[in-house]
Amino acid sequence: MENQIFELQYAIDTFYFLVCGALVMWMAAGFAMLEAGLVRAKNTTEILTKNVALFAISCIMYLVCGYAIMYDGGIFLAGIQGGDSLVADAIAASKENGFGGDSVYADASDFFFQVVFVATAMSIVSGAVAERMKLWAFLMFAVVMTGFIYPMEGAWTWNGADVFGMFNLGELGFSDFAGSGIVHMAGASAALAGVLLLGARKGKYGANGQVNAIPGANLPMATLGTFILWMGWFGFNGGSVLKLGDVANANSVAMVFLNTNAAAAGGAVAAMIVARLLFGKTDLTMVLNGALAGLVAITAEPSTPTALQATLFGGIGGVLVVFSILALDKMKIDDPVGAISVHGTCGLLGLLLVPITNSDVSFSGQLIGAATIFTWVFGASFIVWYAIKAVMGIRVSEEDEYEGMDLVDCGMEAYPEFTIK
Amino acid sequence: MKLITAIIKPFKLDDVREALSDIGVQGITVTEVKGFGRQKGHTELYRGAEYVVDFLPKVKIEVAVDDGIVDQVIESVRNAANTGKIGDGKMFVTPVEQVIRIRTGESGVEAL
Repeated sequence: MENQIFELQYAIDTFYFLVCGALVMWMAAGFAMLEAGLVRAKNTTEILTKNVALFAISCIMYLVCGYAIMYDGGIFLAGIQGGDSLVADAIAASKENGFGGDSVYADASDFFFQVVFVATAMSIVSGAVAERMKLWAFLMFAVVMTGFIYPMEGAWTWNGADVFGMFNLGELGFSDFAGSGIVHMAGASAALAGVLLLGARKGKYGANGQVNAIPGANLPMATLGTFILWMGWFGFNGGSVLKLGDVANANSVAMVFLNTNAAAAGGAVAAMIVARLLFGKTDLTMVLNGALAGLVAITAEPSTPTALQATLFGGIGGVLVVFSILALDKMKIDDPVGAISVHGTCGLLGLLLVPITNSDVSFSGQLIGAATIFTWVFGASFIVWYAIKAVMGIRVSEEDEYEGMDLVDCGMEAYPEFTIK
Repeated sequence: MKLITAIIKPFKLDDVREALSDIGVQGITVTEVKGFGRQKGHTELYRGAEYVVDFLPKVKIEVAVDDGIVDQVIESVRNAANTGKIGDGKMFVTPVEQVIRIRTGESGVEAL
């Protein structure tokens, strides 16, 4: 009977992991809609192509070598099915951990849950470099990012490996529950490196330092994308509890869902108020960025804050993201969808908020962890972007940029029967 | 006969149409147009960055009438389309040489 209960717990935890992974997979749809809504109509097909392609590339590269680098799994997932002793091994591990101990689940479910996180990190990049980067240059970067750059920093953090044998982030008191830094800030760091080498969209910044607006083509789509991301985030944070099958963990999962939702709400409301006060009008795109900023800010630790704290943390993210977007524009760093502010600035915020509610985590550890992730991902990405730029170029010609990426890269328009002014 | 061309705010179209019906005008032609006047368009904000809307949407109404009611038409369009705010539009009055009803071949005032 005891063995059967362990088997049942294994089944529940595996099932929970897989469903959460599927929710995170759906975030790819959210990113695709958000980005397609915030670019101009002439670049819609191309950004959608990037989103589908980067997701598929992430899945293949993480399978080929990413998972092996990050979690010491086999190249090409060798041995992930489990051998003849699978059931006996699982029950032995469950007994050793105890019913309320660490979770035991199918190795394949672990891969599935991890691989969709890689795709999330990569999705962040596509929005920031939108409307001017060559499609195939971007896809080449995606191969390196998802197969090597992300798995390296993932190994130092979630797998507890030493950073190039020098120091161990876990021992320094670093913690990032679901990846404010490891996933979101990492994606934003890669995006920042790309944007710096790529330059701003033509016409974004005037000769006299003025910032010109380039309004997005489809705000209903951007809003749908935000709601899809909001929903997918329950899998992102909820699944990161890693276990559902006992009262303590079920309770923790419930708290994580609650706090994730509260932070998104806090972020949206805060950004809405700030936008209204600053601009005199309620800028929807800022409200959308605010909800996502709240979600990113709570991701580093959604289990220990109270609901009120989670709402406030999200609200801080919502305020910060608006100012971050304005500041980046002042520095002429052109990010059409606000990805660097949402995921980078608020990812850092998320890491720094953890010690407030989790006493096992140190402020210095969070700072060192954030610096490590940023230095590695930004530095490695910069080198890769630079190499691609030298070999084949990363930016389309001025004429192609004016024509739109849709016809140049994909040969088809997103809305062929609409007249576009 | 005169042709009165009125450029008005789009939301005033129904009021103007009713006012013209009330004084017995038999038909009008309506076109959606864009343009600018002394107001010179206006600026909007998107993610904190200003952009200029150069051409504002307006509605153009064309009415051909007998000389006798020109003043009455001008008066009712003015009353109906006036909001007192900038951007209410303009009217142009031009002479019309000839009017022909295509179906019957009637011409002049008969065809109005």
